[in-house]
Amino acid sequence: MVPESYYTALSAILFTIGVVGVLVRRNPLVIFMSIELMLNAANLALVAFGHRAGAADAQVLVFFIMTVAAAEVAVGLAIIVTIFRLQRRLSVDELSIMRW
Amino acid sequence: MSAALVPLAPLLLVAATAGLLIVLDLLPPREGKGHLGVVALAGVVAALAGALTLWGREGRAFGGMLLLDNFAVFLDVVICYAAALVLLLSMDYLRRNGMESGEYYILVLLATLGMMLMAQAADLIVIFLALELMSLSLYVLAGLFRGRLTSAESSMKYFLLGAFATGFFVYGIALIYGATGTTALDRIAAASGGLQRDPLLLIGFGLLLVGFGFKISSVPFHMWVPDVYEGAPTSVTALIATGSKAAGFAALLRVLFSTFKVAQPDWALLLWVVAVLTMTLGNVIAIAQSNLKRMLAYSSIAHVGYMLVGVVAGGALGAGGVLFYLLMYTFTTVGAFGAILLLERGRQEAVELDDYAGLAARHPLLALTLALFLLSLVGMPPTAGFAGKFYVFGAAIRSGYIWLAVIAVLNSAVAAYYYLRVVVYMYMREAEGVPTRPAPSFAGRLALGVALWGVFQLGLMPAPVLDLAQAAVAPLLR
Amino acid sequence: MSGVVFFLVAILAVASALGLVLRRNPIHGALFLVVNLGCVAVMYLLLGAEFLALAQVIIYAGAIMVLFVFAIMVLIPGKEETGPDPLRLQRLLALPLGALLLVEIALILQSSVFTAAPHPGVQPGYAAGAGGIQSVGRLLLRDYLLPFEVTSVLLLAALVGVLALAKRKAG
Repeated sequence: MVPESYYTALSAILFTIGVVGVLVRRNPLVIFMSIELMLNAANLALVAFGHRAGAADAQVLVFFIMTVAAAEVAVGLAIIVTIFRLQRRLSVDELSIMRW
Repeated sequence: MSAALVPLAPLLLVAATAGLLIVLDLLPPREGKGHLGVVALAGVVAALAGALTLWGREGRAFGGMLLLDNFAVFLDVVICYAAALVLLLSMDYLRRNGMESGEYYILVLLATLGMMLMAQAADLIVIFLALELMSLSLYVLAGLFRGRLTSAESSMKYFLLGAFATGFFVYGIALIYGATGTTALDRIAAASGGLQRDPLLLIGFGLLLVGFGFKISSVPFHMWVPDVYEGAPTSVTALIATGSKAAGFAALLRVLFSTFKVAQPDWALLLWVVAVLTMTLGNVIAIAQSNLKRMLAYSSIAHVGYMLVGVVAGGALGAGGVLFYLLMYTFTTVGAFGAILLLERGRQEAVELDDYAGLAARHPLLALTLALFLLSLVGMPPTAGFAGKFYVFGAAIRSGYIWLAVIAVLNSAVAAYYYLRVVVYMYMREAEGVPTRPAPSFAGRLALGVALWGVFQLGLMPAPVLDLAQAAVAPLLR
Repeated sequence: MSGVVFFLVAILAVASALGLVLRRNPIHGALFLVVNLGCVAVMYLLLGAEFLALAQVIIYAGAIMVLFVFAIMVLIPGKEETGPDPLRLQRLLALPLGALLLVEIALILQSSVFTAAPHPGVQPGYAAGAGGIQSVGRLLLRDYLLPFEVTSVLLLAALVGVLALAKRKAG
């Protein structure tokens, strides 16, 4: 049996990759997918901890987080599609200039 | 009503009104949804009254996941005030700008429901879901300005950065669950006594703070604020600036003071730095702004810094001071945004500084009202802003954070410059070009009147409300 | 046996995550994410959470990713990120930040949760059936009733929100 700490380490690596993805990418859809990666990493960590404690609570929490992710995707993609209809550019930098 | 539902009463009122609105939205008339605004307002006012009658009662529901205490009631009241004023401001504003729709009011109510739920939640997963309910509604509301690219952009920026923050928040919850085996705030507090230095718990707590930092817009998680405040419809900006901030502080204060009490010296030190950075950055950049909505955005960042001063100070004085500050900030900020929202130049909203030149000569009453709100933001007696700053900074001195208080006072002095500049424009400059005129709106004027009443009520007689605020934080501190 | 599966799938998961972040084409990124989500579903199976493994495949890989792919197809046929990067400096900051987060992993693994023996009487892993759909369902509708209800309101808000955005476009 692989110890739970390995799963946690994997989840932390995935989370880090997700964070870096959000910061380095410019396409809002890719940024959004990186955010999904972060949420997914959190879910994996929860399941590993739940397994360690022998409690099914963690699975319920994961279920809620999945639901939230689904709702977020629906709203987020609607927002991104709306903006793209208004203007055919799709890069966060080209949106309003980050001025002081 | 059965006793078990009592702690839920304000929430149920708002939720039921939202449901009612969904049904009413389907009925005729197809055009003109102003009556929905009135129904929404009635629901929020009923929730406000309901919350007030619950003062002093304690209760729990849903296996302890939802609780009712004075702290929750106080913040419910703040949030309901914010929502009610925003609804009043919205009615004519939506019609003028061609974005009147049933969905707007439904989303405002659902956002309000999420905010109130954050104030009453006693479990991290409930805080998370409430936060998401509020945020999802606000993301959409920010983008509802018809045909305006800036509005759609602000919506997207708000969404992406908000979802990013959610990622940190969720990972924080996961690590805290890993360390303590629970998400219930009181059980985390009980378990964390034994593992104070556990890296899992500390990192989880830190990630949670990142998530909160985004929602209350503290430095370095403030970069969404100016663009969102500028691009969103002004009524929505007012809601984001007041209600969502109050909700964020509600959950943050509960988590800091009652759940992570053991780590207070650590987070106080961290927040000391954050508070100084937040207020300084907000004020310095606000000076350079010529767009009033953008200026108020940076000013709101600075005010978060002042509130964090109270959090650092801690105790009944500091935490109570923060609650007082939130209430006064709600009245003042909704008032300031409300005055901006009522003014238009040509067919455009009057948001540039030049639009305000000579306003006092032509519309003395409205200019005076806006000037009073700005003076309250400066912290000039006898407005509420003075009392708020006095209590929060006083608490910092009382707790021995002299330097923090000094920096905060210096910041307030810097801030006076850019607020008073608007007043100077209104009173001492000559108007040029197309005149700026207030839109006729009874509801809008009523909202400004209520906000002004709040500013002076809290400014002239702050002691009773401060007592209430200190009683409200008592459940957190015991 | 499960150790071998774990390491193979873990390597695949990390590789696909890197693929999402490094590949320029968003549609490739979406496919990498599907692979990653599938890997995590396998992890759930290894951890005895059958219900979640199924939900992961159905909700994430099924519903969410289809939406993503759909949005990408509609919006940016083959558009890639090109040209000079105006926020280059800000992006360089991402690397130290990523390194910092990786340091946290080392810290996390030293937590007493992993180093100390599990609580007496608690056996890691689920008792018979505890990870299955029955126990999850019971928890969901009893202990976690309030979050469950809030979730329904959340979905309602998402529904109304999307409707409002769609209407706005038509207007």
